[in-house]
Amino acid sequence: MDTIETTIIVNGTPVTRRVAPRRHLIDFLREDVGLTGSHVGCEHGVCGACTVRVDGEIVRGCLMLAVQANGRKVDTIEGLSDSGELAALQQAFHQHNALQCGFCTPGMLLAAQDLVRTHPAASREEIRAFMSGNYCRCTGYHAIVDAVEAVLDARRAA
Amino acid sequence: MKAPSFAYAKPRSLDETFELLARHGEGAKLLAGGQTLLATLNMRLSSPAILIDITGLPGLAGITTDGRTVRIGALTRHREIERSPIVAAELPLLAQAAPHIAHVAIRNAGTLGGSLAHADPAAEWPGCCVALDATLVLASGKGERRVKAREFFKGLFDTALGAEELIVAVEFPVPGKGHRSAFLELARRHGDYAIVGVAAVAKASGGTLSEVALAFIGAGPTPMLARRAAAAVEGRAPAAETIAAAQAALAQDLAPTGDLNGSPATKLHLARVLCGRALAQLAA
Repeated sequence: MDTIETTIIVNGTPVTRRVAPRRHLIDFLREDVGLTGSHVGCEHGVCGACTVRVDGEIVRGCLMLAVQANGRKVDTIEGLSDSGELAALQQAFHQHNALQCGFCTPGMLLAAQDLVRTHPAASREEIRAFMSGNYCRCTGYHAIVDAVEAVLDARRAA
Repeated sequence: MKAPSFAYAKPRSLDETFELLARHGEGAKLLAGGQTLLATLNMRLSSPAILIDITGLPGLAGITTDGRTVRIGALTRHREIERSPIVAAELPLLAQAAPHIAHVAIRNAGTLGGSLAHADPAAEWPGCCVALDATLVLASGKGERRVKAREFFKGLFDTALGAEELIVAVEFPVPGKGHRSAFLELARRHGDYAIVGVAAVAKASGGTLSEVALAFIGAGPTPMLARRAAAAVEGRAPAAETIAAAQAALAQDLAPTGDLNGSPATKLHLARVLCGRALAQLAA
């Protein structure tokens, strides 16, 4: 199959590659650009490990083709870590033991940051419902909810 | 898994899209948000020769109203419907249903038209369209035609959509003053497909319900309009015996199949529970 020239603005930098149409955005980021912080889990949109931002909104990296992101802005865990946007959540995840193996953590952080931005008054139950699209097989979720809640509490107190 | 190989085209006009559909026939699949299609490709459940990405087509996204009808473009994403002030004011049922659709990361990409074309019997939008008596606007090289949602869903993943047709918009009649709506569903985990769900609308006045429409999802091969149950409450206050009559009627209205989530009898029971809750909410 023919490849298609595709330019994606990855963490602020335009990246141009020729990609096969079947190439998922997540594989483009990991294999073609070398950004392996976003993970590949179930590859059918259930586990959330591949969560990245496209034009500022979180999406599943395994349910979008790289060619669909042509001309769009994609932000990954690498860019959002470097910018400091995730610092409070990262600190809280560390403090609350909200990760063990860490495989789900990049996706968790992107989803949690979306919650922090859009639902600053979220209750514990709302945090659980919002984060239900991201699987963790280590923690049992309790510590993750604790960490997100701590960030929301700190923001409300500030 | 990774998707199989396919070619990719991104047409810029409807005419170009129809030409591609005609040229590639059954080997072509339309790609909108891709939230179901890409998952099925990744699982190698289908292997189209070409994906036709319709997200570049102008004029197919957005929500407008003239006060009598709300028109939602087929490419409108779930999240836009969830956040729309027009939807909140005129079609609260859709705003109530949206948070049940998967998760935010999926609602940011998936589209109304994609959900309707896929026609999963447990999906939320098909049930809402049936309950609200919406009309789908379909287009092909021969022009446009309109099909009622209540006639669009033909069977399991089967619709009235022709091979060279696409959905361009959905038109919802705005319910009159005094109408209320409720959307309830049961799922093992927030965001999963419904085990059973119900989209309910009715006019509530003085404690009685009229113009009742109940559409169940996960309760048959298509979204199921429960005509007998609705007739049992029409013009009445939903007292215990009226609700019981509606619940009893569901045995004839619905045709749930058994799966990992339960037997047909279990699902019928769950539908009755949701029916009672929905009617109580409409009258409250």
